[in-house]
Amino acid sequence: MTLNQQRKLKTFITGLFAWTIALILFFPIFWMFITSFKTELQAISIPPSLFFEPTLDNYSEVQERSDYVHHAINSIITSFGSTILALIIAVPAAFSMAFAPGKRTKDVLLWMLSTKMLPAVGVLVPIYMICRDYGLLDSKTALVIIFTLMNLPIVVWMLFSYFKDLPKEILEAARMDGATPWDEVVKVVLPLSMGAISSTALLSIVLCWNESFWSLTLTASDAAPLTAMIASYSSPEGLFWAKLSAASTLACAPIVVFGWFCQKQLVQGLTFGAVK
Amino acid sequence: MKRSITRLLMAPSVILLLAWMIIPLSMTIYFSTIEFSSYNPDQNGFVGWLNFEFFITDPAFISAVSNTLILLLSVLIITVVLGVMLSALIDKPFFGQGMVRVLLISPFFIMPTVNALIWKNMMMNPVYGIFAWISQSLGFEPIDWLSTYPLMSIIIMVSWQWLPFAILVFVTALQSQDTEQKEAAQMDGATGWHIFRYLTIPHLARPIAVVVMIETIFLLAVFAEILVSTGGGPGYDSTNLTYLIYNQALLQFDVAAASAGGLLAVVLANIVAFFLIRAVGKNLTV
Repeated sequence: MTLNQQRKLKTFITGLFAWTIALILFFPIFWMFITSFKTELQAISIPPSLFFEPTLDNYSEVQERSDYVHHAINSIITSFGSTILALIIAVPAAFSMAFAPGKRTKDVLLWMLSTKMLPAVGVLVPIYMICRDYGLLDSKTALVIIFTLMNLPIVVWMLFSYFKDLPKEILEAARMDGATPWDEVVKVVLPLSMGAISSTALLSIVLCWNESFWSLTLTASDAAPLTAMIASYSSPEGLFWAKLSAASTLACAPIVVFGWFCQKQLVQGLTFGAVK
Repeated sequence: MKRSITRLLMAPSVILLLAWMIIPLSMTIYFSTIEFSSYNPDQNGFVGWLNFEFFITDPAFISAVSNTLILLLSVLIITVVLGVMLSALIDKPFFGQGMVRVLLISPFFIMPTVNALIWKNMMMNPVYGIFAWISQSLGFEPIDWLSTYPLMSIIIMVSWQWLPFAILVFVTALQSQDTEQKEAAQMDGATGWHIFRYLTIPHLARPIAVVVMIETIFLLAVFAEILVSTGGGPGYDSTNLTYLIYNQALLQFDVAAASAGGLLAVVLANIVAFFLIRAVGKNLTV
């Protein structure tokens, strides 16, 4: 074998290997998608059927049985609402830490991260009771507030790790020209960091969309996002995997497709820029 | 920039996070020392350590703590070890790399409740599941995963979610590895294993630290997977601390014991975090 052939063989084996892993890991999702187009009988047939006449009945039944649209709107409102709130609070903080770091900046950042380490369950009882006393059980407002606070440390960290890579000279130049700190943020930093802010927003949206501790403990029906709607399918009312698959596909599709387009930024973001 | 302005800009984040931490936590501490029942809220006297004693001596507590740690360590080991090996193997150009990335990251975006339902039903069901079909085709008895190996089933579900994340972080990190160094080592006759051991692994130290930290934050709080699939059972075999406290608070309405348990969860998380933040803090440039 020539060297060139050897290299080609190596590439082929690497590719084969990578595709095998990817397909195995993707299989459950593929299977969920396929099952959503089966009848309930086909869904539980053994051996599993790969070729069948696809039906869309499950999807319409999911809408009828559990009002998908209502829960999807809840998911959209809570994840986008809390992401916007978190950004408004976090951008100034990350900005000041990145451009005017003090002696305590590192401590503050690590402290913020350590609040993420506080397990949600440690404050479950008081949060539940506060929500109950203020009529916030099963309300989107409560979820938005909690999601905002929950993701605030990650959002600050991510923005900080992007901001600190921005060239400081530009800001100094702006300051020479008499820009106020407000101008610096709005006219210089924000335009330069739209990419950073949007990938931070993406990550926050994904985390909120999939959040399933507070959404399961604090909501029942009115404010229940998709995670809670899906959980209602776990009750053993018999086998209805096709409908379950349709509901799951509907619940995940928006965020999975969304994630495909920005997976690279998401990985970079979730590692706080430590991996580039 | 003036110090006062910096402070002002940081104030909202810091104040909100402080409030988010201190107010509920002090309420938890208060509840954990009184006799409290949602049924008759008038009856609440100070009882000291009684709730902690009650919670700790509950046989469920020990198994919940050990399940929490087993779950954390198993998923960390599986995702980091497999992640490093797999990413080193696929870190060469090949056909359809972009598509493979897209397929690989997908499980990471699946919500925990859906994750648990897919695995519980379509994969692990002892009669109609894919696993049962595979083992039957190979001539083995199908396994009832959720009741025979409940904790392992949860570990599989959670690892499935986090392995793709680890692989992608490591692949991204490997792309910045110095190829010249690798080639020089190859010229000098280093074997593939030596390159992996002495060049790749040290290069991955930082990404590994980050992956461990992020995963720990989420793994200590695994909840929905358990609620939806095993319900913590059979017995307490797959109950972790989060699920036990949820059970105590919202299903048995024992607010005081749940609060005591919540504080113990905080202490456990702090012990883990203490070591972690130290290790990772060194690795993050601030």
